[in-house]
Amino acid sequence: MLAFLIRRLVQAFVVMFVISVISFSIQDNLGDPLRELVGQSVSEEERQALREQMGLNDPFLTQYWRFAKNAVQGDLGTSYFFKEPALQVILKKLPATLELVFGATLIIIFLSVPLGIYSAINPQSVLTKIIMGFSIVGISIPVFLTAIMLVYVFSVLLGVMPSFGRGELVHVFGYWETGFLTADGLLHLVLPSIALSSIMLPLFIRLIRSEMMEVLESEYVKFAWAKGISRYRIYFLHAFKNTMLPVITVGGVQIGTMVAYTILTETVFQWPGMGFLFLEAVNRVDTPLIVAYLIVVGAIFVVTNTVVDLIYGLVNPTVKLAAKHTG
Amino acid sequence: MALLEIHDLEVKFALRSGPVTALRDISFSLDRGQRLGIVGESGAGKSVAAFSILNLISRPGYISKGKILFDGNDLAQLNPSQLRNVRGNRISMIFQDPMMTLNPVLTVGAQMVESLQAHTRISRQEARKIALEKLRLVHIPSPEKRLDQYPHELSGGMKQRIIIAIALLLNPDIIIADEPTTALDVTIQAEIMDLLLELCEDRNLGLILITHDLGVVSQVTERTIVMYAGRIIEMGPTKEIINDAQHPYTQGLINALPQQGIPGRRLNQIPGSMPPLQQLPNGCAFHPRCAYAKAACKEQIPAFTQSGGCQVACHMVAELVNQAGKSPALENSPSTGQDS
Amino acid sequence: MTTQSSPHEPLLNTADSRWQQFLDSHFWHSFKRDKVAIVSFSIFFLFILASLSAPLLAPMDPYDMTQFDLMDSELPPVWQEEGDSRFLFGTDAQGRDMWSTILYGTRLSLIIGVCAVMLQAFLGIVIGLSAGYFGGRVDSFLMRLADIQLSFSTLMVAIIFLAIFQAAFGAELYQDLAMVMLVLVIGIAEWPQYARTVRASVLAERKKEYVDAARVIGLGPIRIMFRHILPNTLSPVLVISTVQIANAIISEASLSFLGLGMPPSQPSLGSLIASGFEFIFSGAWWITIIPGIALILLVLVINLLGDWLRDVLNPKLYKG
Repeated sequence: MLAFLIRRLVQAFVVMFVISVISFSIQDNLGDPLRELVGQSVSEEERQALREQMGLNDPFLTQYWRFAKNAVQGDLGTSYFFKEPALQVILKKLPATLELVFGATLIIIFLSVPLGIYSAINPQSVLTKIIMGFSIVGISIPVFLTAIMLVYVFSVLLGVMPSFGRGELVHVFGYWETGFLTADGLLHLVLPSIALSSIMLPLFIRLIRSEMMEVLESEYVKFAWAKGISRYRIYFLHAFKNTMLPVITVGGVQIGTMVAYTILTETVFQWPGMGFLFLEAVNRVDTPLIVAYLIVVGAIFVVTNTVVDLIYGLVNPTVKLAAKHTG
Repeated sequence: MALLEIHDLEVKFALRSGPVTALRDISFSLDRGQRLGIVGESGAGKSVAAFSILNLISRPGYISKGKILFDGNDLAQLNPSQLRNVRGNRISMIFQDPMMTLNPVLTVGAQMVESLQAHTRISRQEARKIALEKLRLVHIPSPEKRLDQYPHELSGGMKQRIIIAIALLLNPDIIIADEPTTALDVTIQAEIMDLLLELCEDRNLGLILITHDLGVVSQVTERTIVMYAGRIIEMGPTKEIINDAQHPYTQGLINALPQQGIPGRRLNQIPGSMPPLQQLPNGCAFHPRCAYAKAACKEQIPAFTQSGGCQVACHMVAELVNQAGKSPALENSPSTGQDS
Repeated sequence: MTTQSSPHEPLLNTADSRWQQFLDSHFWHSFKRDKVAIVSFSIFFLFILASLSAPLLAPMDPYDMTQFDLMDSELPPVWQEEGDSRFLFGTDAQGRDMWSTILYGTRLSLIIGVCAVMLQAFLGIVIGLSAGYFGGRVDSFLMRLADIQLSFSTLMVAIIFLAIFQAAFGAELYQDLAMVMLVLVIGIAEWPQYARTVRASVLAERKKEYVDAARVIGLGPIRIMFRHILPNTLSPVLVISTVQIANAIISEASLSFLGLGMPPSQPSLGSLIASGFEFIFSGAWWITIIPGIALILLVLVINLLGDWLRDVLNPKLYKG
């Protein structure tokens, strides 16, 4: 456990260090912070004085150190566009993105597990063929296109679903605005969640199915049959617990992809989350905001990977052994 | 009537290219306290035979003909829940590779308790007590500790002992052991075999031992079945088969044993190899490799002939017995068989 | 796939016998029996044909501003009431013929996808071969690198990288370089897939006798790798490549949709969909939906072919 924590901490440190260097380089090279702050009208001398005063003429390492120190204290600079601390701007959008991801994750878990298990247990059934047919079509449609088609069918043609935004929101825990507590908010969540899950869901169905079929062929499952255990215990305990191991590993790898998909989904639905904000920041060359986004995403990446590893360790008693396979 | 009687069992595999017969005309019986060996090369159908007794052949295999009478019920006709009552309860199995047989994510205790709870209504505590008792029976050091360990924390020999303990949990009538020692170290092989023999004798268990090792068969079993290409070719008392084999194939197997060879010389091999099941030759499946093959062997599947205590499926038995069967020279005439 | 005619008798014979060999193979037999594979392959073949001959098939050049007229903008496809017989699939907001634009867009999507995958395969095979062949520290270093690379999502890395690039160098310069950038980013990010599989095959093949034999007769490591080991890794590489092309096309489309890929003046299928998106609310669905269907169909048939290849060749793929 201690070794695990140390390894995790080292990994977290390395990831955050790399991201901070990238971020700092962007901040240092993208645009001129002075111009963004004071505009064009200032004379060259005043400019130089200001540069000196802001420490922009200091050596690279000194500047990076200052940046890192501020970053650790949560100060990532001020957004050029919003004129507010960048981190604050990002964190305000975090709940929207997290709720969207939560919705999609619910869909993925509660559909992929039963459908994957069903199609592994009944490989010849008609329903399995339908599931597999849908899933190959599913992985062939890019997320943004699913989103667009959902908007076109349900909002434009049928007019039954809202096409953008989060709808009516409720404040909880101070600043957190949730769409989960109003009917309107939930309604707004439906299409974006489906869109966000649209590639992951078939991917996981296929993964669970193929892993489960492999496990069902294994000797220990045959032995369980030979012991006269009930079929449900064999499917849902003996086989499924082993199926989960590779699925969890792949799930960990997919977290980054999920973040990328939130950018796409939020763009189509104009969902006021971090991804949408990030693209706006890119278009406005709002460097501090880009930096803040990278760092928040890096932190999410580290945290979720740790959680995934912990879950993996809970399911698999041979974690040390597994580390060899998964790296 | 014997406890387990198998009549004309036939198993097929439904492959894409059409059904393939993996086992045919299998008939034998076994009572409590009897020990039966099934020997043959890999691919001869030994394991399929073992698994088909409990109707455990995996897709695409299926029992296409025959009866498996256990205590008067035909196991081939039972519904899944009736079959479940027999599996692990009245007939247990021991698998080939202990490394693969235990579920890696469940503790030894969990895998023992679930077995007991699947067949009897007892509490977890009581089940653990029985499990502990069986672990002692198979001479596992510090058994209390083992219950909460995972399979990967145990050695191969220890795992096989645990698997034997699991097989004994519900005091079955018959144990089917499918090559229980092949995956183990040589030194441990003997220990496990001795344990199995001791348990069978003490507890009056019926044992079906599947192996390719004639030495093991001669130590442990009373009767032996020799299989070739999905069919029984010879069966009878183990002693007779080992000392005075009738079928040319069995003779070949025995001659190939290292003990039978002359030091410094090559071992006596049976020429050629077993044909794949999709392309069995007509007549006796062994005839292309047989030094004595005659025209009849290429056309007709031989029926069983009684010879001494043994039943032999060979057209040439009578002649061979007349020759007073002294060390048939299998190795000098491979060419006769190769051409068909 | 075609027999080459040759004046030399023996050559003709070997070509013929090779053709015969192909017709007798398991590969061809299972292809003939599989309707899905035949249909997928035919559609894929049509896509390739259409994109190769786009300049011939397209009634207008969508890159040439002088050829289209704003007066023709947002005309629906011919089968709708207001359709114009000149424009099979209607026109976009600038009056470009959708059919031509889709042909050229498919061509771009396919070129970027295939080039990116070729880059991936090249990097992956070279790295995988070296890791497997040299073993030891080289191997563990390269595989560690692959692990790290894999733990970052390609799309995420591409979005960040391209976004920063665009912000740093401006949208105009970016537009000129978009195609190269897309190939590079998608190509470099996905090499571990190949490297791991190739390495696994090398490790398996190395143990076999013919590699020892090749070494004994004095062949150098590079020659052994490329002449003897590489051919044996071809079937897993082929299976990975089909899936990777599908993924690369999706990635390209996604990046273009976000405005980080091909510019609207030179649209790929993704940027075409992006430029049409704002018009679906006003009813001009065809600018988005028709290229969308083309994209889905293209990716779907490649994925179906990939599934079929995996079933037939049944290679041992590395699982992460």
